[in-house]
Amino acid sequence: MKIRLTSLFVDDQRAALAFYTEVLGFTKRRDVPIGDASWLTVVSTEDPEGPELLLEPSGHPAVKPYRDALAEDGIPLAQFAVDDVEAEHERLTKLGVVFTQPPIDGGDYTTAVFDDTCGNLIQLIAERPAP
Amino acid sequence: MGGVADVFRALDDETRRLILDELAASDGQTLFEICTLLTTRHRLSSTRQAISQHLAVLESAGLVVTERRGRSKFHFFNPEPLTEITRRWPSVVGKEDP
Repeated sequence: MKIRLTSLFVDDQRAALAFYTEVLGFTKRRDVPIGDASWLTVVSTEDPEGPELLLEPSGHPAVKPYRDALAEDGIPLAQFAVDDVEAEHERLTKLGVVFTQPPIDGGDYTTAVFDDTCGNLIQLIAERPAP
Repeated sequence: MGGVADVFRALDDETRRLILDELAASDGQTLFEICTLLTTRHRLSSTRQAISQHLAVLESAGLVVTERRGRSKFHFFNPEPLTEITRRWPSVVGKEDP
């Protein structure tokens, strides 16, 4: 069994595609129209054959209260791995991305949390290999 | 906002004192950030719900105030109730050590 695809609800698929590709640097993988929406996925540019992230419309009435409650407490809905959280924090802040949690050095790993402007908080993590 | 007894009660707990330590070091944190700091720096294994309840105790004692910024709620250390304690014994509190 493998994880091939995971999903995030996004308020606006086109705005989400712009943020996830132009700001975060992911690559569009699928963009297949289905009714008013699209089957829209991105992949990591560093790992194009890796898991796809589905940017799913957030229209279902359960999505708003679910995400509002988690965002209020600062809880991220996805975690992306980077080499250097401090460097990404600096790069993304310059691009106008708002962090709800600055980098925290946890010893074995560093994390930070930002707002993806599409309704989700996302955690960045850089794990340090054990010495 | 509670009286001085609520302040003492709120401070009579190591986890709540650690929360105030972390806010004093870096003010304005979400519940998630506070939990992350307690786990990574203090190896505390409390649940998020337990930390949320500790924050509610600190807030009702007036030691923590919250502010919504964007979609998230941030917690801030409010030292005002502590000055009430020092005001009670002004002749001794704040004097230099001999």
